[in-house]
Amino acid sequence: MLTKKVKKRVSFLTIFLALTVLGVFSILKTLDRNLLYFKSPSDVKADQNISYTKKLRIGGMVKKDSLKIDSEDIEFVITDYKNEIFVSFKGTVPNLFLEGKGVVAEGILNDKGFFIADRILAKHDENYMPPELKDIIKDVK
Amino acid sequence: MFDVLNPSKIFTWIEKLIKFINSIFFILLLVALTFALIVSPPDYLQGDSVRIMYIHVPSSWIGLASFTCIALISVLIFIFKMKNLILIAKSIAPIGLVFTCLSIITGSIWGKPTWGTWWAWDARIVSMVVLGIFYILFILSNKFIEPESKATKISCIIAIFGFINIPIIKYSVEWWNTLHQPASIKIDGTSSIHSSMLMPLVFMLLVFLLYCALIFLMKYKTEIIRIKKKNLKRI
Repeated sequence: MLTKKVKKRVSFLTIFLALTVLGVFSILKTLDRNLLYFKSPSDVKADQNISYTKKLRIGGMVKKDSLKIDSEDIEFVITDYKNEIFVSFKGTVPNLFLEGKGVVAEGILNDKGFFIADRILAKHDENYMPPELKDIIKDVK
Repeated sequence: MFDVLNPSKIFTWIEKLIKFINSIFFILLLVALTFALIVSPPDYLQGDSVRIMYIHVPSSWIGLASFTCIALISVLIFIFKMKNLILIAKSIAPIGLVFTCLSIITGSIWGKPTWGTWWAWDARIVSMVVLGIFYILFILSNKFIEPESKATKISCIIAIFGFINIPIIKYSVEWWNTLHQPASIKIDGTSSIHSSMLMPLVFMLLVFLLYCALIFLMKYKTEIIRIKKKNLKRI
């Protein structure tokens, strides 16, 4: 079955695939940081020439006991358990925006520790469970 | 070599299979929907919008699996010139496209109440749209390129090239920060979905697969009829 022609096609396909994988890989590598949907507080801290005028997105967890909601502002701290950023926001938040849950804030960085958001997205984690179970876990904790 | 794939012999088998699937499909669909919409509990955070997952997740899986099938078939066609197989690839493609679109649409309906947005330029979502584009390219190249042998060749290349996107979709949530959550059901079998929600999910997957089989067989039948009408000897 492996005639000369078949061998030729196999080698063509192998080279074709190897080259395209290499090509796609290098494209993804070049885009690298731009492919991130959001930066973590540690990324923000490490980035020397981060923009203070351009819109960007930062994401992480809403720090426990940091959420303050009054009539005008929603204020909270985004943390990745290493670094933190204080976020101030005016507007409505999605239902899943809660303390201890994932969040992505879109807006402008004021300085490295203060972020003014104009949009809040909630990030859902991969856990799915019925409400009764959640209570049980809470009791155990 | 592949006698089973001989179109004239397989014809009666297809008829029988279609009848069989038709007889059980609606019952299973009703059962699965009952589980998904009524019996299964709401999520502790998302509430009832978790039920969208029972459509979203199986459709995404089918979208990915169909393209993988098409790519594998394309390799066989390309290397061994098994031209009959293009009929199978052609019959799978529209199913994959429909389920990919379904996955994107249901995802966006779910995203509005949970994330707070319909659409995000997120690696997972964009790579899924790219998958849809590859499906469209594959279908169009088969439809419009003349002559047929050339169409087969080009569509195969498109499928093989597009296959690179599949691992990107799968691992996008792990390689980059994405808004989309990581996989709940891992390849090693562990799952972070509670069993009362996993059951309807698996049930829905089963029903979707049956539906795919049904559409595939019908489409395959039409492809064979079309070839017969053209009276091409080579098939």
